[in-house]
Amino acid sequence: MRNLLGHSSRRFKAAITFPLIGVALFLISNRVDELRVYQGANVAVYVVAIISIILLTGYSGQISLGHGALMAVGAYAAVLSQVYWHLPVILTFVVAVLAAAGFGAILGTAAGRLTGPYLAGTTLALAVGLPSLANQFGFLGGEQGLNYDVGLPPAWLGADFTQYKWFFWISALAALIVTWISFNLLGSHYGRNWRALRSNPTAAALMGIHVGRSKVLAFTVSSGLAGLAGALLAMTISLVTPSAFPTSLSFSIVTGAVLAGVTLLTGSIVGAVVLVAIPEITGALAAHLGGSEKVTSNLPGLLTSVLLIVAVLLFPNGPQAIMKRTRKSSQ
Amino acid sequence: MGRLLNTILIGVSGGSIYSLMALALVLVWRSTRVVNFAQAGQAILSTYIGYVVITHTDNYWIAFPVALVAGALAGALIDILMVRTLMKRAHSGPVAGIAPVIATLGLLGLIRAVVGMIWGGDLRQFKLPVSNHGFTFGHNTIPFAPINLLIVVTTVVVMLIFSLIFQRTNLGLSLRASAYQPEIARLAGIRVDLTRTIGWAFAGAAGAVAGMLVTPTNYLSPNSLDLLLVSGFVAAVIGGLESLVGAAVGGLILGISLALVLEYVSSSLAFPVAFVVLIAVLLFKPSGLIGAKRTRHA
Amino acid sequence: MSGLVISQLNISHGAIRAVNDLSFTVQPGQLAAVIGSNGAGKTTLLRTLSGLKSAHSGSVEWNGESILRKKPEDLVRSGIVHVSDGKSVIPELTVKENLALGGIWRKDKKDVALATEEAIDLFPRLGERLQQSADTLSGGERQMLAIGRALIARPKLLLLDEPSLGLAPLVIDQIFQAIKSLRDRHNLTVVLVEQNAMGALRIADIGIIINLGKLVASGPAHELIDNPSLRAAYLGY
Ligand SMILES: Nc1ncnc2c1ncn2[C@@H]1O[C@H](COP(=O)(O)OP(=O)(O)OP(=O)(O)O)[C@@H](O)[C@H]1O
Ligand SMILES: [Mg+2]
Repeated sequence: MRNLLGHSSRRFKAAITFPLIGVALFLISNRVDELRVYQGANVAVYVVAIISIILLTGYSGQISLGHGALMAVGAYAAVLSQVYWHLPVILTFVVAVLAAAGFGAILGTAAGRLTGPYLAGTTLALAVGLPSLANQFGFLGGEQGLNYDVGLPPAWLGADFTQYKWFFWISALAALIVTWISFNLLGSHYGRNWRALRSNPTAAALMGIHVGRSKVLAFTVSSGLAGLAGALLAMTISLVTPSAFPTSLSFSIVTGAVLAGVTLLTGSIVGAVVLVAIPEITGALAAHLGGSEKVTSNLPGLLTSVLLIVAVLLFPNGPQAIMKRTRKSSQ
Repeated sequence: MGRLLNTILIGVSGGSIYSLMALALVLVWRSTRVVNFAQAGQAILSTYIGYVVITHTDNYWIAFPVALVAGALAGALIDILMVRTLMKRAHSGPVAGIAPVIATLGLLGLIRAVVGMIWGGDLRQFKLPVSNHGFTFGHNTIPFAPINLLIVVTTVVVMLIFSLIFQRTNLGLSLRASAYQPEIARLAGIRVDLTRTIGWAFAGAAGAVAGMLVTPTNYLSPNSLDLLLVSGFVAAVIGGLESLVGAAVGGLILGISLALVLEYVSSSLAFPVAFVVLIAVLLFKPSGLIGAKRTRHA
Repeated sequence: MSGLVISQLNISHGAIRAVNDLSFTVQPGQLAAVIGSNGAGKTTLLRTLSGLKSAHSGSVEWNGESILRKKPEDLVRSGIVHVSDGKSVIPELTVKENLALGGIWRKDKKDVALATEEAIDLFPRLGERLQQSADTLSGGERQMLAIGRALIARPKLLLLDEPSLGLAPLVIDQIFQAIKSLRDRHNLTVVLVEQNAMGALRIADIGIIINLGKLVASGPAHELIDNPSLRAAYLGY
């Protein structure tokens, strides 16, 4: 009984927290300049992408180095449904989620039987190969890609409500919804199954958890979220092209997830902010230090990789393992 | 009939390079239980070094051994600087199992960025060491060219050298013992850390050879070997990931099947075919077509 | 002091204290049987002696030199050779290759060849199966292979972990006789960990009985065999 109460009070807290965050974001977005608003939109997109990895890796113990490709699936599904079916924008997002989730379910069925290196390699293969497929099929728009247009902000928001702010609103809302759903999902028995699975698959199977099905479900949900992130990313650049989904995108979101601690949903915001801040920091650094275009254009990649390596070397067991240790020793 | 034969020959040449990449992945997998995704980066770095030597000396045959040594050194350094620390530190927790993989991924990004900083992103080309005009028999010119012959012969030589080392020398025995049972190897007096470093060096050399062989008929850019990494991985999986012979055979199987699909079906299907082959092998023959009896869950 | 001198040794697995304040001495050339039931800490002790596991506190000296903190690959070079329990062969390699591992670090290749011949003389069955993969050997043959490999390293201190594990009585006898004759011939110092108390004590010079990581009794092997209270409580016959 107490457990039930505890649970519902947690729900209650969440029900208050999330709208509050929303209001806060709304107020902030009115105070800062356009660039920050645009970066805010990017943060929200990364939050969704990172959460998709966290659900998969942090909670079900599977790894994906190919979520960039799943984002591409979502983005292409969204733009195709707009270009060829003329669906309203909100539905194109739904299509993005469903398409990527469907793709993920198929992949997850194969992946559910794989572990470690096989899953990593298979998903990496996707990241490398899938986006470039678009070049080979005419209806996907080739290298130029397809325009993706979510339209102008509605008139009732006022004349000075900019396009970027509109992007920010849409992606921030999406990020909030995704966070809220994931939060509840992890509290549900699915979440508990995943955690059991991650810490010990054999024991989980003995407890009656259907290991295969559980893993496929995690992969499907994660893929759907990645698809949404892909559509949001396409929205912020108004375009869907293969080059928007390079292998480095997959690596970046893995980096974000590692920085987030892989098991902390709130960490995803930290991870996302870092990812958005990296080009900014390297830009400032380049402006300060000078250096050729060769150097400056590779600085973000360098910094991301170094962060990833350092994070893994310093916290091979996850940052929260460190936090646990310090908490224990301070007791 | 002639067309089929020609296609197979081209497939053997392409597959040879996949075999070398697969070999590089298998060597590291056996010694460290990590699929080293940074292999593409190590190979590209070695190939750029080879490229520099070629532009200065105008001689592919000087560049080749330089690239090979550079690849070996890079592999050894990575093991000493990064993998050793990681092996000592990763014990438990959700990240521990995937930490090494993620670290190699970070390394791939790092090497790529550094290569981009030094040489920029433009596509570069090698001067061909030998002709890429097909051999001519009477009035018939076949697609298989001296460059393909060079690729196949070099690969065979490299594979032979490796199998001699592994089967006939104490170093090879140390490498195998450390891969299978590191603890027993230590009790037999083998310095397992050093042995692993040598394994990484061999892998780096094999990757460098792959890069030096594939680049003349292609172009060079900081990520021009990404697809080769994927093909090498598929080949290694076909071969069971544990076995050197498997890597060789896996590369040939993949190379020939890709060549057949490209010739008879469609040239846009190369990646989907490789991917479908990978998934099919993993689903239906998870221990690899010629692999050991072990499961994929080890 | 020469020989193996263990004093106040403590070894932990995390919170578990597997070896607790253990002290005993084995003189050079002695065969010491370490007896104890499951979980007594025997394997843990041997793993520490061979450098695979670090100790918590205490000291271990071999011929006057401290061996704690040394790596197994270095201890092998100073003559301390450990045959670990049960699975001390590499099934993926052939019998010949497994034997070759024993001398892989040694410079004196002539003596390696000689030692290999001696090992094959001692266990002729190995000689008949050199090209076979070790995977195909029976349990007894694997144990012979493991001991044979250890001999090729020309050990001075041989650490054997339950060589009788899972073997038929006749084979156990054979293995024990081989161990004894080795000791006699090469003047080896041997630490033989066993649950088969009777068999081990019969060939041993001294016995050390431990329980839950602590020393229960030690002394000349024949005295332990005759001690009625030890018999009932620890030796199980
Ligand atoms: N790696 C380990 N981690 C945690 N505890 C361990 C580990 N190895 C051994 N132990 C514990 O240490 C104690 C001693 O184990 P040890 O293997 O040394 O016993 P043993 O005397 O060799 O037993 P057996 O005759 O069954 O082989 C046991 O309680 C065991 O559970
Ligand atoms: Mg034991």
